[in-house]
Amino acid sequence: MSADPRGVVFEARGLEKVYRMGEVDVAALRGVDLDLYEGELVVVLGPSGSGKSTLLNVLGGLDAPTAGSVRWRDHDLSRADDALLTRYRRDHVGFVFQFYNLVPSLTATENVALAGEIARAPMTAEEALALVGLSERRDHFPSQLSGGEQQRVAIARAVVKRPDVLLCDEPTGALDVATGRLVLKVLADVNRDLGTTAVLITHNAAIAGIADRVLYVHDGRIARVESHDRRASPEELAW
Amino acid sequence: MTALWTKLRRDLWHARGQAVAIGVVVACAVATSVGSVATARALARSRDLYYAQSGMPDVFADAARVPAAVAGRLAAVPGVADLDTRAVGDARLSWRGGTARVRLISTAPDGGRLGRLDLRSGRLPGAGEAVISEGFASATGLASGARVSLTVNGRMEPVTVSGVVLSPEHVYAIPPGGLFPDDRAFGLVWMRREAVEDALDLEGAFDQVALRLARGASVPDVVEQVDRVLRPFGGLGAFGRDRLLSNRFLSDEIRQLDNMATVLPSIFLGVAVFLVAVALSRIVAAQRMQIGTLKALGYGDLAIGVHYAGFAAAVALAGAAVGVALGHAFGLYMSRMYTAFYRFPVLDYRADPRAMASAAGLALAASLAGAAGAVRRAVRLRPAEAMRPPAPGRYRPTLFERLGAGVLLSLPARMSLRGLARRPVRSLLGAVGIATAVAVLVTGSFFTDAMDFMIRLAFEEALRADATVTFTHVVARSAGDELARIPGVLAVEPTRDLAAILRNGQRSERVALAGTVPAATLSGVVGEDGRRITVPPSGLVISSRLAKLLRVRPGDAVQVEILEGRRAVGELAISATVNDVLGLGATASLATLRRLGREGDVITGAQLAVDPAARDAVARALDARPGVAGVSWRAETVRSFRGTIARTLLAFAAMLVGFAVAIAGGVVYSAVRTSFAERSRELATLRVIGFTRAEAWRVLVGEVALQLAVALPLGALLGYGLSALSSHAFESDLFRIPVVIARSTWLFGLGVTAAAALATSLVARRWIRRIELADALRSGE
Repeated sequence: MSADPRGVVFEARGLEKVYRMGEVDVAALRGVDLDLYEGELVVVLGPSGSGKSTLLNVLGGLDAPTAGSVRWRDHDLSRADDALLTRYRRDHVGFVFQFYNLVPSLTATENVALAGEIARAPMTAEEALALVGLSERRDHFPSQLSGGEQQRVAIARAVVKRPDVLLCDEPTGALDVATGRLVLKVLADVNRDLGTTAVLITHNAAIAGIADRVLYVHDGRIARVESHDRRASPEELAW
Repeated sequence: MTALWTKLRRDLWHARGQAVAIGVVVACAVATSVGSVATARALARSRDLYYAQSGMPDVFADAARVPAAVAGRLAAVPGVADLDTRAVGDARLSWRGGTARVRLISTAPDGGRLGRLDLRSGRLPGAGEAVISEGFASATGLASGARVSLTVNGRMEPVTVSGVVLSPEHVYAIPPGGLFPDDRAFGLVWMRREAVEDALDLEGAFDQVALRLARGASVPDVVEQVDRVLRPFGGLGAFGRDRLLSNRFLSDEIRQLDNMATVLPSIFLGVAVFLVAVALSRIVAAQRMQIGTLKALGYGDLAIGVHYAGFAAAVALAGAAVGVALGHAFGLYMSRMYTAFYRFPVLDYRADPRAMASAAGLALAASLAGAAGAVRRAVRLRPAEAMRPPAPGRYRPTLFERLGAGVLLSLPARMSLRGLARRPVRSLLGAVGIATAVAVLVTGSFFTDAMDFMIRLAFEEALRADATVTFTHVVARSAGDELARIPGVLAVEPTRDLAAILRNGQRSERVALAGTVPAATLSGVVGEDGRRITVPPSGLVISSRLAKLLRVRPGDAVQVEILEGRRAVGELAISATVNDVLGLGATASLATLRRLGREGDVITGAQLAVDPAARDAVARALDARPGVAGVSWRAETVRSFRGTIARTLLAFAAMLVGFAVAIAGGVVYSAVRTSFAERSRELATLRVIGFTRAEAWRVLVGEVALQLAVALPLGALLGYGLSALSSHAFESDLFRIPVVIARSTWLFGLGVTAAAALATSLVARRWIRRIELADALRSGE
């Protein structure tokens, strides 16, 4: 791992994850070493089943590794219990999912407030919605929003707590190209303006251009790391 | 198709909690139905068999004294096939250790042709011997060989008990004027004809006749003819078997069981329909991708429909199987309880395959009806649409929030409230489901309350006397006053009981007319509300039910025919009606009866207040008086009542309460489980964004609490209605179960339901712990 002037946010060593699927063991991660730095935007690229979602889940405290260690700053996530992991997600992590996972019975503002209310030093829901350009849709319910708008509400919900890290699992997977670009732009803006470390996993190689670094995951291992001197603007992307 | 069956098996296992909850409710419905029907059939079959074997008469008539030769005229009445004349009277039986009032009945050496006695032990009576009824024998411990003395008309005679018998005319044996069997205080005694005639001064005469009619003969016609023949001999009015008290109680009981076999299972199955609808809707919603995949693979609508209907059918049939077994056992148990006071030679209890099949069939139909909506949705789902995750549901702020009160609500509260408001019918049905649990719980324990209330009303409010004395025949009032001189007797109030017919136009009812002193304190007329009605110096106080049967109101006059002595007939005004709970009572002052009967100051009994310390001495003193036919002690009567009728009713209530608890558990579990299932994705999202397990759990519990807040008051309301309905189903001319629900019953109904919700909510902590955060968020499902 190369030295970086910025501080290390995540440090993973020898990370392994084995799922027991009925009678057989399936190794999703087979020894991953990884450092993620403050403020960087990392794209994790790999085909289906390569282990990238598992990696994201372990980083986000949704799942525990079978072996190895993962540290977030001075916290050992691999040894934390549920209460600590919950605390960690509540205070430090913003999640964005492929299917948005908004609460359909709450308006855009309320969905964002849901995360803000339990955070330590959140921005207001209105500020978060302004950040993703949805101020005028604040009182709409998810059923009244397009897919892209729903995903932007989900991003606002993720950033309202001013997280240290933003973890996005296929955030554009359910969107068309134009809407996908818009969502990526919002993510890139948040990363740049708030300095939030962002990890974005996708199987869509076209997205890799917007990253500071691209991690190619294959068969549970990081096969290759690619650093970009210049990040492409999401508007330049095509797929 | 084996793959689909395998899937069905796994789905059932996966949803086993809800499947069991529904199965329990179905089992309760089927068990109640099967048990009640089997018990009713057992009683009916045993009755019919016994009546047929024993030559049960069709018409009965009592008279004062009929010369034996008149029997020929009765036999000649068209339609009469056979008859049996008897000498019957009241007597007192004493033995070492007690005395009791008995009905002395004559019998032929072979047990008679009509209403033949069934010998249970010993032999039929010879000279100087008597046989006694089985209930009396077992309550008193008297058996063959026992030496007793019989006092009739003041004359005491030693008699040996030669056997124990049953009589089809006394399957339910209650003392004259009473309503409950009191086998310790009242019994039936049969002796040879000559002995009874001799004791009752009825030589060459009879005072009761039982008739069997030819096939096709009309009971009313024969009754009319018999009345005409017996009128000159003090005939008290012939009546058909349907008016025979023993038969009437038995028929009422069978009718009540039939009602129960309909009412309760219907309610339980209603709950099951709802539970199936909710559970299957949720499964179909959760499996939309699977349904899409199956259709894409080429499974047809029929296969999909059968697959999901199969879930409902499997649960119903499993529940029905348990219910049939449970119902059979319950019926057997209830039938055995009944034999404590409905005495048959053989209780013919049988498993009733038709009742079982029809209950199971009904349960299956109800379950499929509940499944229909969800099955239709599964069948109609188009594959392409099914493979996409469902669009977010449409929500809007509730009225409560639009009125500006939304700021008071937390976000989880808004989620719950909007969720409930989005599907108001479904939410209301959910509340109704839980409310039904409350209602069934309340109704189950309401019977106990009603029983306590009736005992209190009858034996504390209405009857305060410690002992009720019955004289062997009409005596001068001074005989009653004399009782006050027995040391330990604190107060005496004379009573005059007689049989009478009340008439209003075409309507007439035979009643036991009670005469009391106007200011009576030891006995009296008490309404359902506990209010004591003062018996007026003139006029009649009658029960509301009797007033209804006669179509009279206070102020109206009725014709009263006294069925004894001079057979006086006169008019009395109805001065008040009383909403009492027992029988068809009528009460008047002694002075009123004296005027009506144009007789002297006479009485037939007395109510006594007795010093508890002197109870045994008073009992001995009363037993020593030949003019006393019997003494019933209130404490013993209450004990006897609690031991028989109350025990049966309470056994039934206990079963109902057991079912109610099971149903409440099932309904509440199902409600919480459904809330969890429908919210599981949201709960996972909440956990991911940082809600702790406890916080996520509180969101779920909040929704359950909201449902309970609606369901509990609704349940209280439904509980009252269901109790009233049950009370109505059990009502007869002989007694009425008042709708009295104790505070403890309300607390029980509401408490058990709330406790079930709490227990399930605690279990839900495990469900929340088991949410796989990563899995729950990955797919749209």
